[in-house]
Order: sequence, then C-alpha cells, then structure tokens
Amino acid sequence: MTTTALPVVDEDVVETAWRDAPGLIGFLTSVDHKRIGVRYIYTAFIFFFVAGLQALVMRVQLAEPDLHVLGPSAYNQLFTMHGTTMIFLFNTPVLAGFGNYLLPLQLGTRDMAFPRLNAFSYWVFLLSGLFMFTSQFMGKAPDGGWFSYVPLTGKTYSPALNIDFWGLGVIFLGISTTVGAVNFIVTVFKMRAPGMTLNRMPVFVWSILVMGFMILFAVPALTVACGLLEMDRKVGTAFYDPLRKGSPLLFQHLFWFWGHPEVYILLVPAIGMIATIVPVFAKARLKAYVWVVTAVVGIGFVSFGLWVHHMFATGLPSQAMGFFSGASLTISIPSGIVIFALIATLWRGTVRWSTPLLYTIGFVSIFVLGGITGVMVAVMPFDWQVHDTYFVVAHFHYVLVGGVLFPIFAALYYWLPKMTGRMLSERLGKWSFWIMFAGFNLGFFPQHILGLLGMPRRIYTYPAGLGWDWLNMLSTVGGFLFGLGTAVSLYNFFWSRARGAPAGPNPWDGDTLEWSLPSPPPHENFAVIPAVSSRHPMWDGVLPAANVEGGGVDAALERQTPITEGMDTVVEDIMQVPEETYVPFLSALGVGIVFVGFLVSQVTVIVVGVVLAAAAVGVWTWRTAEDIR
Amino acid sequence: MTLALLLAKAPSALDPKGPAARDLAHVFWLMVGIATVIYVVTMGLFVFGLFRKGERPTRFTDHAFIVAGGLVVPSAVVLLLAVVTIHTTHRLTRSEPNALQVEVTGYQYWWAVKYPAQRAVTANEIHIPVGEPVDITLTSVDVNHSFWVPELAGKVDLIPGKTNLIHIRADHPGTYRGLCAEFCGLQHAHMDFLVIADPPGLFRTWVADQAGDAPTDVAGEALFSRLTCAGCHTVRGTPADGTFGPDLTHLASRTTLGAVTVPNDREHLAEWVQHAQSLKRGSLMPDVDLSPDQLQAVLAYLEALK
Repeated sequence: MTTTALPVVDEDVVETAWRDAPGLIGFLTSVDHKRIGVRYIYTAFIFFFVAGLQALVMRVQLAEPDLHVLGPSAYNQLFTMHGTTMIFLFNTPVLAGFGNYLLPLQLGTRDMAFPRLNAFSYWVFLLSGLFMFTSQFMGKAPDGGWFSYVPLTGKTYSPALNIDFWGLGVIFLGISTTVGAVNFIVTVFKMRAPGMTLNRMPVFVWSILVMGFMILFAVPALTVACGLLEMDRKVGTAFYDPLRKGSPLLFQHLFWFWGHPEVYILLVPAIGMIATIVPVFAKARLKAYVWVVTAVVGIGFVSFGLWVHHMFATGLPSQAMGFFSGASLTISIPSGIVIFALIATLWRGTVRWSTPLLYTIGFVSIFVLGGITGVMVAVMPFDWQVHDTYFVVAHFHYVLVGGVLFPIFAALYYWLPKMTGRMLSERLGKWSFWIMFAGFNLGFFPQHILGLLGMPRRIYTYPAGLGWDWLNMLSTVGGFLFGLGTAVSLYNFFWSRARGAPAGPNPWDGDTLEWSLPSPPPHENFAVIPAVSSRHPMWDGVLPAANVEGGGVDAALERQTPITEGMDTVVEDIMQVPEETYVPFLSALGVGIVFVGFLVSQVTVIVVGVVLAAAAVGVWTWRTAEDIR
Repeated sequence: MTLALLLAKAPSALDPKGPAARDLAHVFWLMVGIATVIYVVTMGLFVFGLFRKGERPTRFTDHAFIVAGGLVVPSAVVLLLAVVTIHTTHRLTRSEPNALQVEVTGYQYWWAVKYPAQRAVTANEIHIPVGEPVDITLTSVDVNHSFWVPELAGKVDLIPGKTNLIHIRADHPGTYRGLCAEFCGLQHAHMDFLVIADPPGLFRTWVADQAGDAPTDVAGEALFSRLTCAGCHTVRGTPADGTFGPDLTHLASRTTLGAVTVPNDREHLAEWVQHAQSLKRGSLMPDVDLSPDQLQAVLAYLEALK
C-alpha cells in the first residue's frame, strides 16, 4: 500500500478565497458543505439526546405496574415526539449531515453541486425541528403516534393544534429532505474527480446516491398524506372521513408508501458507513464490491414494494396482502449479501480492535437479529399475533438502533477526527460501546417476550399480575444503561475537543480521498483536484489533476471546481462555487413563516412569509444567473 | 371470584387455547428454530473472521461464500416461509359452516357486543360456547381499534366505515383477556375485554338471559331514568335508551366495569359512578354528583340488573 500525498501548496493563500466571515455573519451565510454537514450532525444529536430523555421518562412510567409518574396525555405526547424526533429530526438529518460533509471530500471536489441549496436545506431542517418542538413547550405536543393514524388525528377526535404541529412540521421538513436529495444526486453524478468512474466510487457515496433516489420517490407520498390530513383539519375536506365517503385507510397507504422505504433510507447509508469502516479496520479491500453495490440498489427498489406489511391487520384481502408478505421476505436476500460480504472481508484481513470496529460488531450482532425478527413479522399470519405489540417495538429498535445508530456511532468515532482534527479517547469509546451494547440488549430483548405475553404498544400503564412486571423493570434498567453509554460518548466528544491527540491527515490508514487532506480539511478541500485511478486511491496512490480545466490552484483561487461528465468522468465544464450569502437563511425563514401562518390560520402571516421567501428566492435566482455568466 | 384471581396470568400468545393461536404458536416455534440456527452460524462465521489472522487461503472463494450465505440460504428459507405463510393464512381465514355470529363495535374506550340471531346485547364481555366456531364481525364508530385475544387468535383492526371478520374458537372453558391493540387515544391502555368460553349448555342459558329485558318494578328505576344516566345508557324494557355508553340491561351479570378497568362489585361500582374520571380520565363517563341516598338507590338498582 502506497500513499501519495497531493502537492503542497500555500494553503493560506487559497483559503483566503474560501474563508467565511467571522462570527454570527459567517454562521448565517456560510455555504461551506463541511460547516453545514457538521452543523447538521450536531443539531441532529441535540435532538437525539432530547428524544432519548423522552424515552427514559417513558421507561420510568412503565418500570412498574400502575405507576402515575405521567398521565395518559403526557405519555401519549412523549411517545409521539420520541418517534417523530428520532426518525425525522435525528436519523434522517444526521445521515444527511455525514453525506454533506463527506460527499465532496470522497468525490474529490470543492463543494456540493448546489452549495446555497445545501445551506437552505439545513435551515429548513433546523426551523422545522424548532417548529415541532414549540408544541412541546406549549404543552400541546402531537399525541397521535409517530404515524398519526386518522380518524384519531382528524378534527373530530383531536381538535387542538397538537396534530397540526406534526402535520405541518412534517411537510415543512420534507422540503429540506427533498432538496437535500436532489443535491446529493447531482453532486454524485456531476462533481466526481476526474477518473472516478461509477465502479470506483466509494461505497458510502453509492449508499447516499441510493438514499437520494429513495427520498425523491418516497417523500411526495408523505407530503400528500400530511397535506390531505391538514386540508381535512383546516378547511374541512373529507379525504379521510368515513362519514363523507372518505377513507381512513388511504392515509395508511400513503404514509407507509413513504414510511417503509424510510427504514431503508436510513439503513442504506448506514450500510455504506459500515462497508467503508470494516475494510479499513480489517486492512483488506471490501470483498464483492459489485455485489454489495447491487444489493444496496436492490434494497432501494424492493423497499417500495413492502408498505402493506404495516397493514396486515387492517382486513385487506389476504391474497393481495400475500404479495407484500412475499416481497417483505425477499428483502432478507440483499441484506444477507451485505452481511456475508462483510464477513468475507474480515476473513481476508487482520482485525484492528479500535472503537469504530466495535460499533460495527454491534451493528452486525444486533441488526442480524432485527432482520430475523423482521422476517418473522413478514410472515403475515404471525404478524397478526405480534403486530402493534412490544414484539414489534423490540424488532424495530433492533433494526434502527442496531442497523442505524450503531453505524452512526462507528462513523462518529471514525470521521470526527477528520472533522475536528482531534482523536477521541479509545478508552472512553470502548466503555461507551460496551455499556451501550449491554444496555441495549438488556433494554430491548425482554420486549420481544413482553409482546408475546400480550403487551400492546402505546399503553401508558398496565395492571399488575399479568407477568409483565419484571420484564418491564429489566427494560427500564437497560434503557438507562444504554442512555449512560451514549452519555459517555458525549463526554468523550467534549474531552477530545479539549484534550484529544491531533489526528493528522490519515489516522486510520483509510482508503478514500478525505484522508488525503489535513484534519480538519481546509475550506477549499482540494487546492489541486486529485485524479483517481483506483477504488482505493489512498492505498493505490493518487496523482494531482492540476492540468485539467478547473483542477489547478488558479481555479481554486477563483472559487471554481470542475464539473465532470456522468459516465466516463472527464471534465466537461467549470462550476463557480457561490460566495457566502444570506439568501438560503432568509428563504428558509420565509417558508417557516408561511407554515406558522398555516398553523395559526392567519392569512397575514402567510402573506408575510410568502413575500419574504419570494424576495429571497428572487435574489437567489438573480445571483445564480450572474454565476452562470 | 375477584378479578385479580381471574386474570392473574399473561394473555400469552405462546399459551394457545384455540386452534388459530395454536397454529401461530407452531409457526413461531418453527421460525425460532430456523432463526437460532441462522443466527448462531452467521455469528460464528463473523466472530471467526474477527479473530482470524492473516491472508490465509480458505477452501472456497469469496464469491462462493457470499452467494451461499447471502443468496442461496436466505432464498431457501424465504421459500419455506412463503409456503408456511400461504398454508397458515388459508387455515386461519377459512370460514366454518354454522359458526356463531357475533358483532363487535369499537368505541373510545369500550366494546359493544351483539348476538344478532339471539337478539342479545352486552358490552366488554363476549361469551362463546367451547369448541364451536365463532365469526366475529368488527367495525368502529369513531377511531381505529384492534381486536386481540392472544390466547385464541391473531388480531384484526376495527376501522370506521369498514367491516372486518375474525374467526375464533376456544378449545377449553376459561376466561381470556382481550386487548385493544391499535392506539385509539387517551385511554387506549384501559380498553380491554374478556372472552369467556362456557360449556355450550351454559352459554345458551347465558345468551337467552342477555336477550331478555331488564327486570321490571325494581326500586331506583325511576331515579335512573330521571338522572343523566339514561341519556347515554340503554336499559331495555325501561325508558332509558341512550346509545353513547354500554347497554346496562344485565350489568350485574358482568365481571368488570370500564372495559376491565375495575372489578364489578359494590365498592368499585360506587367509585365508578361518582369518580369515573379518576379511574379512567378521558372516558365519556362523567363523574356523577349524587346525594348519599341517591347513590345507594342507584347502586341497588344497578346491582338488580342481573
């Protein structure tokens, strides 16, 4: 393995052209994908810890039978906000944050395809999160569950604003997710360094590409589901009203047409992270790269044919549901290919026992079990027993914590040194992993049994004597242990910022292009764009592409970067990376005001928002025209 | 017999008391067997990979390994489970002739129960004859609910505007706890019911009793009809004909109050009438303000509704 460094240039000179203004101005105006990516991750983690605390309060309430720590209203709000926050405000954005940070670095370019849109999508994410959490401070948090089924969430049974915070908030956030996905797709197709053909693309980039396409096809269904809900609630339409020939089941179809792919929207980038990290710590190339990429693309396709398996108990014709049962079973095949490719990679290498690797062990051992219970619930008649019970609660926590959260922690321990320039403590990292691993299994394994013993989900209390008591106590103890494990990592983060050892460019001997740069990377990323001739540029050697159009230092000084042609990855044009600007923030703020206007049903507020957003987008469009000239 | 004694056990899906639940328990144990083998083998290969050192050649190629573990084995398991799915679905959805017809309607947060052929009406308690097939049609008047008796069968949702069907049968006499499994609002946690499997003879007597009107000339009837009670509750054979709450014609024959929230005895009945909102906040049953004399009269009346 040889490592060829890129040529040394006077970074300070180049960086001047890319540096943000200091202080708050720079904070509000930056379009640097690295700042935005890190900001995404930090913001998402604030939501993670809030939603985690919500879960612990629920676990206190359920620790023993007939407790009155919480009333039913508070409990219903908590589980709704816990699920909503974890799915919408933590998992999806944190993965988008890694995508934002890593895509240009791994692709060998100087920014995302649409840097201003990138800033816009962050601001929309932040504002929609604040929008939804405002309800919590008002004591009017959504209380219809994270999938908010009608008719319970219709005006008749939920007259207050609680559900509107959810419905409008979800539509608002969908804007962020959608423009983010467009940005990922275009960046992958047009911004790759010369020579990085599709079959040399890092597997994490592939996973973000698949995620982007899945978002584009899935999110519109969610937006429609919530849009019709809000129309029923705000203007009295009857899409979901059975008394006026509407259909409550329509909401379930629309919601799960997004909701099931969403699970894989989260899982696919997590697989990308794991498939990046395992080879580095096994010191071996990923085996069967083509199989893994094909499997990930296959998961993307098949995930759109499964949504009815959330509706097996709704009494649809069983022959029709049988197809969805079959399709749900087949998803185990691409997942199996990924797992066996990882095992084959380990077999060919020698393992280095660092914290990121431990978290990948957490991924494999927990996610495989979650996948197995997933196959069980795909067997329709068996699902009739366990649907809407703690068995399913256990199943999706095994999938989402094992399959997504452990990879995110692996990625944090792997990439935070790149982002901050400081190593995290290995000792604290290992403690954190083992506490999380033990706490998770102690907390969630008993829930499988609880479900089989008849405990439905979403009950705020339960009577004594049903055999559920000690399992719930175990689950609560495990939950707190798991929380403690995450807190150790949080402490580790602050410790590393103050005392962590300098990371240097490539502390793990990683194979992808981000490791060719200093940690943290300079604002322009690559003063000279690299020319790629291998799937593992840092292991096989990388050459500067100073002579291609837009590749050299002169282009970097002009804030330019090459655009490459889709398949062969030869340079076809130059992109002007925009200057820092307020327009993304102001556009997002305008859109946010529109949603506040809808929430309080005030036309004046809506008009103010529309005017602000239109003005900001107008300036934006005009600037774009200038950039093109 | 107190409620606690009656139900001091888990409504366990793995302790089946009827053919449907038994089929599903068998499917579960079959899958647990397959899952254990797959999990142990996969983790074994994984752990072996973690501790194995160096680039030693293995007997088969990486691709053969990945195809075997990721494609061939899962495909075989999937195929087997698809057959199990089709077979079990067919068994569970098959209608039996001469099944007893019962209609269950979901309300926030209780269950209305009708036996149309026998003209019997009750609430939160479904008596069935042991060993005989029962078809239960399910719908809801308000939000989605889900009908689940883990020891007897899987669950089916109650959806307003839609009528669903579930087949159940109990092989042994006994009382089985049912639960609402679809989140339905504030008191989703207190929306249970009981399925009571009686020997056929006992069942026929019970259903005939439930079909009859309330006993007449009972003290307190006039008071009950004059109070707010009659606006929501029906007592057949009297002027009380409300439909928002459970039919109380034979209340005293039931085991529990408030959809298995408290046992049906004098003490709890008094508490329920006066402080329903403390026992089950958010249910439609209001706290009824009665003088001590009125309370005793109402309790005596309700206890006479056998």
